[in-house]
Amino acid sequence: MVEGAYCAACIGKIESRLAKEQDMLSARLNFTTRRLNLEWSGDPVRANDFVSAVEGLGYRVHPYEFAAVRDGQEEEKFLLLCLGVAGFAMGNIMLLSVGLWSTDQQVMGIETRDFLHWMSALIALPAILFSGRPFFRSAFRALFSGTTNMDVPISVALILTSGISLFETIQHGEHAYFDSVVMLMFFLLTGRYLDFRARRQTRGAAAELVGAVTGFASVILSDGSIRRLPASALEPGMILRIAAGDKIPADGSITQGETSIDMALVTGETRPEEVRAGSHVYAGTLNLSSPFTMIVNKAADDTLLADIVRLMEQAEQAQARYVRIADRVAKLYTPVVHILAAAAFFGWIAVGMAWQDSLLIAATVLIITCPCALALAVPVVQTLATGRLFKSGILVKSGDALERVAGIDTILLDKTGTLTLGRPVLRNDPGNADILAMAASLASYSSHPLCRALASAYDGPLVSFSSVKEHPGEGLEAKHEGGIVRLGRRAWCGFRQEEKGQTEICFSMKDSAPHIFRFLDHLREDACETVKALKNRGLDIILVSGDRDEPVAEMAQQAGIETYYSGMTPVEKFTFLDELKRQGKEVLMVGDGLNDAPSLAAANASISPACASGLAQNAADVVFMGDGLKPVLTTYETAVFSQKLVKQNFALAVLYNVFAIPLAAAGFVTPLVAALAMSGSSLVVIANSFRLRGRS
Amino acid sequence: MSVLIYMIPLAIFLGLIWLAGFVWSLKSGQYEDMDGAAQRILLDDDSET
Repeated sequence: MVEGAYCAACIGKIESRLAKEQDMLSARLNFTTRRLNLEWSGDPVRANDFVSAVEGLGYRVHPYEFAAVRDGQEEEKFLLLCLGVAGFAMGNIMLLSVGLWSTDQQVMGIETRDFLHWMSALIALPAILFSGRPFFRSAFRALFSGTTNMDVPISVALILTSGISLFETIQHGEHAYFDSVVMLMFFLLTGRYLDFRARRQTRGAAAELVGAVTGFASVILSDGSIRRLPASALEPGMILRIAAGDKIPADGSITQGETSIDMALVTGETRPEEVRAGSHVYAGTLNLSSPFTMIVNKAADDTLLADIVRLMEQAEQAQARYVRIADRVAKLYTPVVHILAAAAFFGWIAVGMAWQDSLLIAATVLIITCPCALALAVPVVQTLATGRLFKSGILVKSGDALERVAGIDTILLDKTGTLTLGRPVLRNDPGNADILAMAASLASYSSHPLCRALASAYDGPLVSFSSVKEHPGEGLEAKHEGGIVRLGRRAWCGFRQEEKGQTEICFSMKDSAPHIFRFLDHLREDACETVKALKNRGLDIILVSGDRDEPVAEMAQQAGIETYYSGMTPVEKFTFLDELKRQGKEVLMVGDGLNDAPSLAAANASISPACASGLAQNAADVVFMGDGLKPVLTTYETAVFSQKLVKQNFALAVLYNVFAIPLAAAGFVTPLVAALAMSGSSLVVIANSFRLRGRS
Repeated sequence: MSVLIYMIPLAIFLGLIWLAGFVWSLKSGQYEDMDGAAQRILLDDDSET
């Protein structure tokens, strides 16, 4: 899996770079799934070379669970194949049916009609056997486990109607419904395929995560050589070398070197923590400033990260219990349709009709009530809504996400990175342009987040220094016009006491008093309006953060949020959310950090910004881009509106059935009427769904 | 009407050709990466370097 490929140039760069490798047979990057497929002859271990080649181009590469992805792809291919065959059959049978509809027996003669019926049967029966399999299988599974679903009446209708039509054809009968059956199947498969595509990407997200977050580790072997191993293969006692900028692949302690570490996984805060030999480090945290070696003291599946993943898997399983609106409708719909069809059958027998004709009428009841419109009601709206959101930079990852977002009544917001930008901004201008120029220029030598913030606060010409040195855990030092300038911790710049818990850097020059730069995270531009708009819609908003009480309170006040909780660990957030759910609330979680990931997975619905950690993005139902918070509001409004459309679609489908069922039960429905009614109702539903497009 | 004896099988035969084409394109993976296909037209023609 390749991270960071966004355009055609990236595809070209990666593929042509890999094509240069020896033994490479084929290299292809799938842009939809961001998976890179390589084929090469020779040693499997060469995978490591290829990975480093791609990483050398500036992309991140993660291993992924091959089986899970392939299964989804096979299933999608299978549905598409069924759809293609059904489309072929529908087109050709319609061609014959037009002839059947437009003339009657006197003009055409029985032989010709029988011939056309037989040709239809010849196309329809194999096509139904082939393309009906998705429905037959699922119906069979449902019946086998003693339940029922939408596929049961579908399968019964498909089999019964084709059986009777075949019987009619043999008997030189007047009506055969092959066209209706195949058309029904085609519409249903279309709905199924759209639905499947919308949901495929989220499959087994958690299973891929351990690999995705930690990736590879450089292990120092006993002979001193270094070997790249996947993080899952690490064992306690192994010695690892961690380069600056790498994710730490396992829990363990530092044996050599000192550095600062981004502990976002544990605290959610971007403020780095200083660590040295003997300090404990956690898997999934990020090494910011300098290389170090560490000893692994927990196996891959005991780490804090693995705990988080376990929480998430647990949450995902709980989530699977959510019943989609389409399934709820199916539950009501199935018995009603079957009872009506049976009633029509026995009713006509009771008034003395032959059983074959009664059965034919019962079958038309089944086929005409059959949920063409119902099957399209949800997928079409979802496809259009996600497409519309996609254009405004919001990615909806699962098909039923919008359904769940529409139902929420409480929003949990994370602070750093969600309500705020997650980027510290210089708060106090020193009022002295020289000091700022000097400090910012020196800061530009470091990749420390605060240094970057300081550097970006200044846009004048940079001062040049000689012999800049970074002292891990202390700060930067350089020479300027004979004097020494320092940027870093308070003690580093000559202050006596350390002040805990401040986001700051000190700057000192030879002959002037040291200056302290304070930083503050900024609210997202439109945070206040968004919070207000969401409140106006009757939603409760609660701020939950791993940060200290004081900044959380300040941010909550600025954004206009009354309820806030501070100092929460990932597990506390998770249990808090669970408690809310137990009280019957429907919760939307908005968060970005690794520490939010379990809560994102456990919430009824979840949203995370695109700058979020990979784990959080994977867990969230919706990912949005940009610096605003407004996408949360847009998503909510679109979700509510599309849910309204879905309900209207169902209402339209029911309305259509109210007219169609009596007609069918009375025996008035000929193949032509069935074809018109089915395509008519489907078109109405699709047209209604397209209203989503017209809305700005 | 006897012309139907030829025309209908012919029509179905044409349909089958389309179906064969569709199955081939599906099997060779042309529907797996629709977004990528949209981007790839922007790439220069296959230079072997």
